[in-house]
Amino acid sequence: MGLLDKQFATDSIVVTKVDDLLNWARLSSLWQMGFGLACCAIEMMATSASHYDFDRFGVIPRPSPRQSDVIIISGTVTLKMALRIKRLYEQMPDPKYVISMGSCSNCGGPYWEHGYHVLKGVDRVIPVDVYVPGCPPRPEALLEGLLKLQEKIRNESLVKKSA
Amino acid sequence: MKTIEEIFNLLKEKFGDAIIELVSNRPVESFIVIAPLEIDKVCLFLRDNEELSFDNLMILSGVDDANGKNVPDEDGGTKIEGGTVSVYYHLESTKFRNKIALKVSALRENPEVNSVESVWRHADWHEREAYDMIGIKFLNHPDLRRILMPYDWEAGYPLRKDYKNPEFYQGMKVPY
Amino acid sequence: MALKTEQMVLNMGPQHPSTHGVLRLELELEGEIITKVTPHIGYLHRCFEKHTEAMTYPQVIPYTDRMDYLASMYNEFGYAVAVERLLGIQVPERVDFIRVIMGEFQRIASHLVAIGTYGLDIGAFTPFLYCFRDRERILSLFEMTCGARLLYNYIWVGGLSHDLHPDFVRSAKEFVTYFRPKIKELNDLLTNNKIFIDRTANIGILPKETAINYGISGPNLRASGFKWDLRKDDPYSIYNKFDFDIPVGQGSMGTVGDCWDRYYVRILEMEESLKIIEQALEILPEGDVTSAIPKRIKPPVGQVYSRVENPRGELGYFIISNGQVNPFRIKVRGPSFVHLGVMNELCKGHMVADIIAILGSIDIVLGEVDR
Repeated sequence: MGLLDKQFATDSIVVTKVDDLLNWARLSSLWQMGFGLACCAIEMMATSASHYDFDRFGVIPRPSPRQSDVIIISGTVTLKMALRIKRLYEQMPDPKYVISMGSCSNCGGPYWEHGYHVLKGVDRVIPVDVYVPGCPPRPEALLEGLLKLQEKIRNESLVKKSA
Repeated sequence: MKTIEEIFNLLKEKFGDAIIELVSNRPVESFIVIAPLEIDKVCLFLRDNEELSFDNLMILSGVDDANGKNVPDEDGGTKIEGGTVSVYYHLESTKFRNKIALKVSALRENPEVNSVESVWRHADWHEREAYDMIGIKFLNHPDLRRILMPYDWEAGYPLRKDYKNPEFYQGMKVPY
Repeated sequence: MALKTEQMVLNMGPQHPSTHGVLRLELELEGEIITKVTPHIGYLHRCFEKHTEAMTYPQVIPYTDRMDYLASMYNEFGYAVAVERLLGIQVPERVDFIRVIMGEFQRIASHLVAIGTYGLDIGAFTPFLYCFRDRERILSLFEMTCGARLLYNYIWVGGLSHDLHPDFVRSAKEFVTYFRPKIKELNDLLTNNKIFIDRTANIGILPKETAINYGISGPNLRASGFKWDLRKDDPYSIYNKFDFDIPVGQGSMGTVGDCWDRYYVRILEMEESLKIIEQALEILPEGDVTSAIPKRIKPPVGQVYSRVENPRGELGYFIISNGQVNPFRIKVRGPSFVHLGVMNELCKGHMVADIIAILGSIDIVLGEVDR
């Protein structure tokens, strides 16, 4: 809460809604599962590395699904891999989010027609929150996708069921 | 450095009928056609002969020649009956900087080719791939399993020209 | 006294941060000693070879990009050279020069990823950041040339999609002067680091004869002490015009052909690539880069096996043409596919922690293993 640092003369109380507080906490430290599939994984790595710095959004890679909040499906999902991805997703604790990065995991990408071993879209096995288009998407596009996800989390509510 | 004609004559002398022909009227590359069940002996000779010493297998490729008859199958498509599938071997001698291509053909229905895995360990995975993709059985291969496709894939060999993809795999829809 | 321990099977991957993608290794352990490694691949099998049979020759190029996504430029390069051999066409000199420049930049970029992630695997985080910082500069050079960062579709059969940006030569020269001192920095940071040497020297030794029998090529073969580089030994394009050395493994920290050698050969190769780029930029001729692109590519009935020295090793394309506009069969010999086959040989007898060091040192890209 950098904005409020040293702004009060005495100890104070902030009044806010539970939803806002929890959503704010959730969206500010989305731990990403450190897991790459194909070409897009290289762009995902570039996003985490020095130039684009994913860290400033609170995203750090965790190698274990049990400690991560968001899984970025970065690349082509093959039939052989699809069941493993499903299992990884199921191992993640709630609340969990999915970013589908790149055309391949959105819809099969360039492999949609003759890819006899390619799953045409990861949404056939797990639910997707944000689709990032591109082949591969630029790091900026992935950052935009992350901001969209944060926006989605900001509007979530604990009381009513999300649509 | 020996030319492909010289090598062909040398092999013909040594192996006789196992060496079928030399194809050299095509652009870019000539190759020697060899009987599928003799290929391992020929390769061992090519590797160990002091004047040839082809110590490096550059690539081993399975090919569906699709030279059989097109006949209609049960569900309205066509399938290929008869004809052959082939394996191409590209060898290189790092000592003499010489290159050569070999080819074997086997019947499409039950293709059996001797494995050269014992000559070059490199052939191991390439032969598994040819088995996985085209369905060529390599005799004497120590571990002939599918390599790229899932082990429980039942829909046949994807790189055959008349391959048809299944509708579902483990509950997942496969076509777009 | 030797203690008898129970056999244990350990599964590693397909989701594992150190397998560089989706590789599954089945390890058989005797205590902490590895007795057998069985790689299971195919988790990224994207049906490249089936696609080529349905595409025309130029349409295949974007798919070659996606095989080895760390060295896309070189995959296109190799494919273009193969089809040109099949067609028997000569490309203008400027095209060859630009291809070589792009190819060598790609080699540096690819080695930077290899080195950076290798450091990451061993436990050094900083080199990764340094390497990616420098790689971004190369990517912006590519972006300036063709608009893409990772998958370019730049090198076409018979030519290139665009000419160079007017600013390219200046920026490229700037990069060369910028990057030279960075290699030294990397050496100080990682190459001569005591911990790094302890983890990599004398680990995963690959003798020369075994390497050749397994078809190993590229930096991994050279690290085993065999001076073999297709740029010199089977020249393609215009590589015979340039003056550069081929670094080989010396075993300076341990034995010839260990992990450290494989790592260090890559460092030395980056320097050689800089030399080639410098020379090529100096004598870059003028000309039209699109003039030799054929309107319709329909090679005669025939076949060709053509290979190039990709950052990882020998990348070969075996193309069979039956006189149609689409290839009858293309089979790719990806260096990573071949290199992964030697894993069992390299890992036997080592500790389980060394498997990370060995796997990182052979530098595979799963996109090319599975195609």
